[in-house]
Amino acid sequence: MLEQYLPVFIVLGIAIVFGVATVLSSIIFGPQRPTTEKLSTYESGMKPVGTTKERVSIKYYLIAMLFIIFDLEVIFVYPWAVQFKKLFHEFGISVFISMFIFLVIFEIGYLYVYKKGGFKWD
Amino acid sequence: MTLYDIIFYLFALVTISSAYLVVTVRNIVYSAFSLLFTLFGIAGLYALLGADFVAIVQLIVYVGGILILMIFGVMLTNKITNVQIKTGVFQILPATIGVGIFGGFLLAVLLNTNWLNLNVKDSPATTFQLGQLLMNEWVLPFELLGIVLLIALLGAASIARK
Repeated sequence: MLEQYLPVFIVLGIAIVFGVATVLSSIIFGPQRPTTEKLSTYESGMKPVGTTKERVSIKYYLIAMLFIIFDLEVIFVYPWAVQFKKLFHEFGISVFISMFIFLVIFEIGYLYVYKKGGFKWD
Repeated sequence: MTLYDIIFYLFALVTISSAYLVVTVRNIVYSAFSLLFTLFGIAGLYALLGADFVAIVQLIVYVGGILILMIFGVMLTNKITNVQIKTGVFQILPATIGVGIFGGFLLAVLLNTNWLNLNVKDSPATTFQLGQLLMNEWVLPFELLGIVLLIALLGAASIARK
């Protein structure tokens, strides 16, 4: 079973090593002669205003809420999509039709949200 | 100790240590970010138990979706980061009694359960079987699920836009 996950572990390993190595190597090998100007957020630009703990707009939350529902839809497409050829050989065209109906039902909701302006950013 | 065990303990360590950080860190933003590693560790444990589809769902829905909502919830709330969260020790006696009873109950269950002795180490991938079942035996519930998701989407849309 572990052999199946070997590619996942390799990608995970490369990602961790790459992320840690790039940050560490710039700390270790880069010359560091800090001045107050260099340490400021923008070396040449506007002076930063306020704190980093600003409230974000509620619009992000609404979009995230819609995103989760689309996320859940994709979850059910996933077991169908990864082995579509095998499923098609086994059950024929009905595999395509049942997924089509599922998606059409969902797209009605998509159109409703679109018409209502749920994706608008204002 | 096989490779399987090493990977299991690695994921268990990630899960438990980050879960500890979730409840002890005073800054709620750090707490929410620690939760990311807890959920990721649990996904790894699911994968090790042979439930590859559940692991993917855990990653996509919980790490990719629910956690985003939580972090937005933190970021939306005014001055939540300035609130001092109490993580000190108080009410020791009632807490000891409560945790003792609950812990004893859990231990009793743990010792008396007939653990299902599945050989998960060489179980096949479940995603294809799931696809087969969804397309054949459970195709009506599958379509009904589309309607349930549609209702959820309509509800979310009508909350989002009055």
